[in-house]
Amino acid sequence: MDFSTWMLGALIRGTAFGTPLLWGALGEIYAERAGVVNLGVEGMMILGALGAFATAQVTGSPVLGLVVAGGIGGAAALLHAIVSIGLRANQYVSGLALTMFGLGLAGVLGRGWEGVPLERSLSEFALAPVGVALAVALWAVLYHTRWGIILRTAGESPAAADAMGVNVIVVRYLAVIFGGILAGVAGGFLSVAYRPSWTEGMTGGVGWIVIALAIFASWDPLRAVVAALLFGTLFHLSFLLQRWIPPEPLQMLPFVFTILVLAVTARRGTRAGQAPEALGLPYVRGGG
Amino acid sequence: MKIHLERGEPSGWWILLVSVAAILAAFVVAGGVFWVYGLNPIHAYVVVAHDAFSTPGALPEIFRPTIPLLLVGVGLVLAFRAQFYNIGAEGQLLAGAVAATWIALFTPIRGTWAIPAMFIAGFAAGALWGLVPSLLKLRLNVNEVISTLMMNYIALYGVSWLVTGPWKGPSVRGFAYTDLFPDPAWLPLIPGTRVHWPTLVLGIAFAAGCAFLLSRSRLGFEIRVQGENPDAARYAGISSLKTTILVMVLSGGAAALAGVGEVAGVQHKLLDPSQVSLGYGYTGIIVAWLARGKPLATLLTAGLFGLIYSAGSAMQVSLQMPFRVTYVFDGLILFFLIGSERLMSYRIRLKPTSAVEKADPASFSGGL
Amino acid sequence: MCAAPSPLLALREITKTFPGVVANDRVTFDVRPGEIHALLGENGAGKTTLMNIIYGILQPDAGEIIVRGQMTRVRSPADAIAAGIGMVPQHFLLVRRHTVAENIALALPTLPFLFPGRRAEDRIREVGTHYGLAVDPRAAVWQLSVSEQQRVEILKALLRGAQILILDEPTSVLTPQEVIFLSNVLRQMKADGHAVIFITHKLDEVFAVADRVSVLRKGRIIGTVDIASADKRTLARMMVGRDIEFGDLARPPASGSDSLEVTDLWVPGDRGTAAVRGVSLTVQAGEIFGIAGVAGNGQRELIEAVTGLRKPHRGRVAVLGKDITGKTPQAIYAAGVAHVPEERIRMGIVGTMTVAENLILRRYRYPPFARGPLLDSHATLQFARRLILEYSIATPSPTTLAKSLSGGNIQRLILARELSAQPTVIVAAHPTSGLDVSATDQIHRLLLQRRDAGTGVLLVSEDLEEVMRLSDRVAVMFGGQLVGIVPTGTDRETIGLMMAGQTG
Repeated sequence: MDFSTWMLGALIRGTAFGTPLLWGALGEIYAERAGVVNLGVEGMMILGALGAFATAQVTGSPVLGLVVAGGIGGAAALLHAIVSIGLRANQYVSGLALTMFGLGLAGVLGRGWEGVPLERSLSEFALAPVGVALAVALWAVLYHTRWGIILRTAGESPAAADAMGVNVIVVRYLAVIFGGILAGVAGGFLSVAYRPSWTEGMTGGVGWIVIALAIFASWDPLRAVVAALLFGTLFHLSFLLQRWIPPEPLQMLPFVFTILVLAVTARRGTRAGQAPEALGLPYVRGGG
Repeated sequence: MKIHLERGEPSGWWILLVSVAAILAAFVVAGGVFWVYGLNPIHAYVVVAHDAFSTPGALPEIFRPTIPLLLVGVGLVLAFRAQFYNIGAEGQLLAGAVAATWIALFTPIRGTWAIPAMFIAGFAAGALWGLVPSLLKLRLNVNEVISTLMMNYIALYGVSWLVTGPWKGPSVRGFAYTDLFPDPAWLPLIPGTRVHWPTLVLGIAFAAGCAFLLSRSRLGFEIRVQGENPDAARYAGISSLKTTILVMVLSGGAAALAGVGEVAGVQHKLLDPSQVSLGYGYTGIIVAWLARGKPLATLLTAGLFGLIYSAGSAMQVSLQMPFRVTYVFDGLILFFLIGSERLMSYRIRLKPTSAVEKADPASFSGGL
Repeated sequence: MCAAPSPLLALREITKTFPGVVANDRVTFDVRPGEIHALLGENGAGKTTLMNIIYGILQPDAGEIIVRGQMTRVRSPADAIAAGIGMVPQHFLLVRRHTVAENIALALPTLPFLFPGRRAEDRIREVGTHYGLAVDPRAAVWQLSVSEQQRVEILKALLRGAQILILDEPTSVLTPQEVIFLSNVLRQMKADGHAVIFITHKLDEVFAVADRVSVLRKGRIIGTVDIASADKRTLARMMVGRDIEFGDLARPPASGSDSLEVTDLWVPGDRGTAAVRGVSLTVQAGEIFGIAGVAGNGQRELIEAVTGLRKPHRGRVAVLGKDITGKTPQAIYAAGVAHVPEERIRMGIVGTMTVAENLILRRYRYPPFARGPLLDSHATLQFARRLILEYSIATPSPTTLAKSLSGGNIQRLILARELSAQPTVIVAAHPTSGLDVSATDQIHRLLLQRRDAGTGVLLVSEDLEEVMRLSDRVAVMFGGQLVGIVPTGTDRETIGLMMAGQTG
C-alpha cells in the first residue's frame, strides 16, 4: 500500500475519533463565546454515553439513544448554568464538580450495563458529515446573523450587550445548555457508534481534550473541524504504532499533544485568536 | 424583629453553618441517587454508618484516606491562595509513588536511609511534576487547569506502563505490579492499625508549616499578595515567577509525599494507578476548597473526607456499589459549596422593622 | 420667552441609598424637547447613580420617572430603550474587537436576521451624515480614536430611536477642538427636538452648550437655573457649597537640584509601537510639574517607565543624579520615587488584606517590618496606627480589610504608604479621580505641602483645571511627545491647541 493511500486511510479512520471531539468542541465554543467556561464536558459526555447505551439497549434504537444523550447533556449543563450564571459561582470549579459528579453517577448507575454487547449500533462515520454540516451552520450563525452578534457581544462585553437591551443571562444559559447537548451527543456517539459498549470511565479524558480543542481552534467552528480531524488522525496513527510500542506510552500521546497544542496556541497571540474578553467572569449589572 | 440578610463581612460561625448545610444537602441528593439505584437511602446510610464507624478497627481506618487527603489538601490550599488552579495533584501523587518505588526497588539504599530517601525523592519528583505546568503558565500563558489535568493522564499511563512493562515484578506472575518493597522501605504502622504514622506526622507538620508560612513570613506575604492581586504584586516588586514556582514546588511535593505514603505505607509495592490513588488528587481539591484558604482547617476537612472514603469502602462492601460512588459525594458537595458561596457573603442581623426597610429593595428579608 | 413645552422626561423625588450613603436624595428635575439640560456636580455628587437609575441599571428606592407625561417603570436597559431613552456612557461599552457596524447592529431592531452588518452600514452612514457623526462602519473599534468611538456610542443611541439622550461626562476624553465638534452635534439634536441631559463637572462647558442647568451636590438638587440668568460664581458656590478661588495656588519654581530627570525616553506601548517618543523633562525640588493631555497619548506608559512597571527602549531616568532607568519598582522606590497610581483599587491596594498589611506593601522586605524571613506584626501594627492618625484614614482598625474603605480613604492609605518614606519625587497619576470634594481638597493640600517641603511632584491628570491649579509648570503630552512646556498662567486655549496637537 503506497503512502498516500495509507495516509488517506488514516485520515478516514481519524474522522471516526475526531467526530466526538468535533461535536464536543462545537458546543464548548458556543458556551465560551458567550463568556462561560464549561469544564463539565467530561462529565456530560460520560453521562451521555451511559444514557445513549441504556436507551439503545432498551429501545433498540441507537438514534433515540443519541437524542436521550443530548437531553442528559443539556440537563447537566443546566445545573452548571444555574450555579455559575445564576448563582455567579466560580465557573471553573462548577464545571469540575459536575465532571466529578458525572463520572461518579455514571459509574454507579452503569453497573449492570457493563460487558453487554449492543445489538444495533451506528456506523462510526454516522455523525461525521452531520458534524461538519453543523460546524458550517454554526459558523454562519456566529458571524453572519444577529444571533451571532448577540452571542459574541455577551462574551466580549456583557455590559455593552446589557446596555443594548440584550438579556445576557438568558443568552448565556442558552449557550451553555446548547453546549451540553452537543457534549451529550458526543458522548453518546462513543457508546453507540465508536465502541458500541459500555465501560466505566470509557470517555478516558476525551472531554478535556475537547476543551483544549476549542482553544486551539480559536473559538471558530470551521477551525474546529480541521483541529478535530488533525487530532483524530494523530490519535489513530499512534494507535497504529501499537505494533512496535507498548500501548500505555501511546495512550499518553493525545494528552501530550494537547499540552503542545496549547503551548503553540498561546504563542500565537494574534488579536483574532484571543479568548472572548469576558470569558470566565460572571456578569452583574452595574458592576457588582 | 425580623431576620435580615445584608452584605458584610461574614462571621466564622455563619460560614461554618452554611458549609454544613451544603454538605447535608449533598447527602440528601446522594440519597436520591441511591434511590434511583434501587436502594432505600435511609437504610443505606444506616448500614454504611454502622460498617464504617462502629465495627471494631473501623475508626483507625478513617486515617488511611485522611493522610493522603491531608497532604494533598494543604498543598492545594497553598496553590489556590496563589490563584494557581492545580488540578494535577493526582499526577503529582503518582510521581511521588514512582520515585519511592525506584528508591525502594532499584537503588541500593537500605537500612535507616530508605525511608527518608523515599520521602525526599518523592517530594522532588512531585515538585518537578508540578513545575512543568507552572512554567508553561508563566512563560507561555497556558491555562493551568488543562495542563495539570493532562499531566495527570500522562502520569497515569506512565505508571500503567511501568507496572506492566519494565518494572513488572519478575516474581509476580501475571499480575500488574512490582515486587514487594524490601523491609526497610516499609513505613512503620501504629501498632494494631494500618496507619502509617510518618506520613501522618509529615502531613500535620506540613499543615502547620504552611499556616505559619502564610501568616508570618515574608514569602507567605508575597504569595498572598500575588494571589489576591497580581497587579499590586507587580507594583510591589513581587516576582510572580518566584511565588508561582515556590507554590507549585510545595504543592506538587506535598501531593507526592502522599504518593510515597500510599506505596510505602499501604501497598508496599507499585501497582495499577487507580489503586495507588483512590482519586485523592481530585478529592483533595474539595478538601482544600472547604478549608477556605486556611491550611490548618484542612486537618478537619481532610478528616471529613476521610470519613466519606471510609463510607465509600463500606458502600462497596455492604451495598455492592462501585467505588466511584465517592465521586458522587465529592461532586455534589463541591457543587453545593460553591453554590452557597454567595450566601456566605451575607450575614444575619436581627433588626426592628421600620418604614425605611420596606423601601429598600437592596436587601433580602425573611426567607430567600 | 415663549411658553415652555411639556417635558419629555421628568424625575420626581428620586431617592437611592447605599449602605452608609444617600446617593440621590429626592431628586426632581425635567428635560424638555429641544433642550440641553446640564447636570452639574462634583465627583461623588450622585450624577452617575442618577443616570444609572434613568437607564434602568439601578432601581430607585423611591420616586418616579415620568416619560412624556406617563409614569414609567424602568427596570432594565431594555425598558429604557423602549421608553426612548438613550445613554452615552463615560466609559464606552463597545466591543473593541468588533466592527462599528457589528456594535451598532444590535441597536437596530429592524435588521434582517441574516447578514445584518451590511444593512446596518447604510443606516450608519445616513444618520452619521445628518448629525455630523461620520465614522467608517467597517472599521474595527479598537482602531478608532477616542472621539470616533464616542461617535459610535452616540450613533448607537440615536439609531435606537432615543428621543431622550443622556451624555455622561462626554468631554472628559476630548480635546477642546473635539468639544466644539461635539457641541455642533448637540445643536443638531436640539434642532431635531431631542431632549439632552448633559452630565459634567466643568463649568465652562455648561455655559457653552446648555439651556438650563441643575446643580447636584451630595445627592440633592440645589437648584435649577436658566443659563441666561446664571453666572459662574453662583453656580460654583452651589456646586461646592462655598466659594472657591479661581486663582492658581502656584508660585514661581524653586531653583534647586533636579529631583527627577528624564532624558530622551522612548517607551513601548502594549502593541509594540512606541507610546512615549523621546520625552525629556526635569522636575526640580520644590516644584509641581504637571502633564496635561487627553488620556491615551502616552502618559500611562511614561509613568510606568518612571516607576519601574515598564521597561523603556531608550533614554534615561535619574533621581538626584542616580540612574534608575529600567530598574525594578522596588529599586526605584528605594531610590526615593513614590507612586500614587491611576487605578487605586486595581493596582494600589490588595483589597482582601488588612489596612496595616497594605501600608507596608512597599516596605515589608526591610526592618523593622521584616526580621529575617519573618514579618514583625507588632511593628507593622504600630506603624499602621501612626499613619492612620497622621493621614486621617477613616478605618475601624488597622486590621480592617482594605476593600471596605471608601475611595477617598483608599487614596489616603496609598498616599500614607508612599509618602511615609520621605520620597524625593512623587509621581501622581490622576490622584483625585472619582473622589469627593473634601478628599480632593485634602490630597491637593498634601501635594502642595510636600512641594513646599522640597519634594518634586510629577502630576499627570486629565483634569485640566486640577493641573492648572496645582502646577508650577505645565507640559502637554500628545502622541507620545511633550509638545510644549509652559509656565502656569498660560491661557487655556493655547493649552487646548497643544492637547490637540497644534504646537506654537
